[in-house]
Amino acid sequence: MNKRFKSLAATLSSVLLTLLGLTILTFLIGRVMPVDPVIAAVGDNAPEDVIMRARAEMGLDQPLPVQFLHYLGQLLHGDLGVSVLTKNPVAQDIARFFPATFELATAALILAVVIGVPLGVWAAVRQGSVTDQAIRVVCLAGHSVPVFMLSLISLLVFYSALDIAPGPGRQDIIYDGMIDSVTGILTIDTLISGDFGAFRDALAHMAQPVIILAYFSMAYIARMTRAFMIDALKGEYIITARAKGLSLTTVIWGHAFPTVAVQLVTVLALTYAGLLEGAVVTETVFSWPGLGQYLTLSLMNADMNPVVGSTLLIGVIYVGLNLFADILYQMLDPRVRS
Amino acid sequence: MITTFTNWALDESPSSRRQAAWGNRYRTWLKLRTNPLGMIGLSIIAVFVAIAIFAPLLATHDPATQDLANRLARPSAVHWFGTDELGRDIYSRIVYGGRVTLGMVIAVVVLVAPIGLAIGCIAGYFGGIVDTILMRLTDIFLAFPRLVLALAFVAALTPGIESAVLAIALTAWPPYARLARAETMTVRGSDFIAAYRLTGGSAWRIIFRHIAPLCIPSLVVRVTLDMSSIIITAASLGFLGMGAQPPSPEWGAMIATAKRFIFDQWWVATIPGIAIFLVSLAFNFIGDALRDVLDPKES
Repeated sequence: MNKRFKSLAATLSSVLLTLLGLTILTFLIGRVMPVDPVIAAVGDNAPEDVIMRARAEMGLDQPLPVQFLHYLGQLLHGDLGVSVLTKNPVAQDIARFFPATFELATAALILAVVIGVPLGVWAAVRQGSVTDQAIRVVCLAGHSVPVFMLSLISLLVFYSALDIAPGPGRQDIIYDGMIDSVTGILTIDTLISGDFGAFRDALAHMAQPVIILAYFSMAYIARMTRAFMIDALKGEYIITARAKGLSLTTVIWGHAFPTVAVQLVTVLALTYAGLLEGAVVTETVFSWPGLGQYLTLSLMNADMNPVVGSTLLIGVIYVGLNLFADILYQMLDPRVRS
Repeated sequence: MITTFTNWALDESPSSRRQAAWGNRYRTWLKLRTNPLGMIGLSIIAVFVAIAIFAPLLATHDPATQDLANRLARPSAVHWFGTDELGRDIYSRIVYGGRVTLGMVIAVVVLVAPIGLAIGCIAGYFGGIVDTILMRLTDIFLAFPRLVLALAFVAALTPGIESAVLAIALTAWPPYARLARAETMTVRGSDFIAAYRLTGGSAWRIIFRHIAPLCIPSLVVRVTLDMSSIIITAASLGFLGMGAQPPSPEWGAMIATAKRFIFDQWWVATIPGIAIFLVSLAFNFIGDALRDVLDPKES
């Protein structure tokens, strides 16, 4: 128990150090900006004394370490500064935009797991066969096509040419403002309001970006599942199970897969983080009002507070996911536990 | 000539270190040659590199010359891939864009691979506090998805090819450092390293002459697999307006400007997209094949 506590303390302290590093890095990014924030606030033609006063008011006349401590203090109070573009506090903006990204990434992860894991297992069982090669090509292609290109082509084919999918955006204009935002996750909010037409509409709008993101991350999941599964199938207990006369299906899913599932936890955490990245690009193409679009719009306008805030949030999620995977791994794998 | 080389390289009892090294390389190549996907990838990359080198000879038009009377033309005998919104020849822009993409990839790899290798080997060899500090630093950079961190870096600098290369490089080194560290840890306790230390070899000499070369094969695989990710990140930065800037025929930037006409003149955006896809797929094919050949765990 003591040993376990010690290892937990070590993990936590290293996570805290990483988080501190994250804040230093984002702080520095926010300070090395192309536009002087003081000039941006008071204008080019402001007299010298106004500029000086503004600089002092914004705390930018202080040495960098002092500024950093101030920034850290603000962070701990959940204050990420104000966005020049939306005029809202960044934390409030992020709270509004993040659920849309969360919805997109989570749905994509579920779809990617449901398809990617069986594909990986199948490829491993048929290692070296045509099936294996075909799955390999499909997966590598998924990793090679830029997400924004796939999004554009999907809009071109399914929205413009075939007209079977809705266009960009999260919902149809007729539902705009009709659904009360409870969770910010539209599929859940529409269900709460009991409007099934709106629910179907929300699902239809999600279909294209979710399938594209899922394809992109499925590639990685399937490749890793295949690699883990090939290792697992080499185990002597597999030969024993087969020799006992158990069917191939039972051996694969009952004996080999559970050992693979533990390793997949880490892969899924990484995939989810990768999905946040994919969402940045997908959201700009599909005009999806999420964190990615917020980040890119702020970038184009050199609005640094939202950029730093969103980057920091994604970093923190990333670290959190890794920690979560570590802990889950320790709980699931008896070898790590002992 | 070729048969003499083959016989010399495949000699079971090489008489020099050089002969043994070439023998190893040649055997790797023979194994790689049996991998169809790897060979397809290699051919595509060879063509791509040739196109980038001989761009002035292959282009039919000047990639920057505008012809507003002839804008958004369909593919034809004169303009093989049509023209863009300023009447520039898309085929010639794709050809010249290969130079931009190839240049960016090479620049990133040249910047990143030695840094990652050095940091990883140093951390792995010395261990202790050096290892802790370097790995904590690596973790911080690994804690962001690549594109997001690169976007933030570019925003802090100014958008452009140089910033994009720098930003991608800043986000690309940590995996190499991790890999080199892991490889170093496996060899640092071996007898031959102890022997070098006994003969008085300095730590730096051991790291850079004897450990780093051993890390290179797995690093090569990782770099090759990473090439496609670098290409896609560069294109995504261009697409988001944060990488190469418009007059440059960078493929991602070309798609960014052409996305406005995707529904009417689909080829303007699709053709650079296909170019990115092919090159990135080719690198993935090669990386995958190399992993099969070079990874000792697989065999």
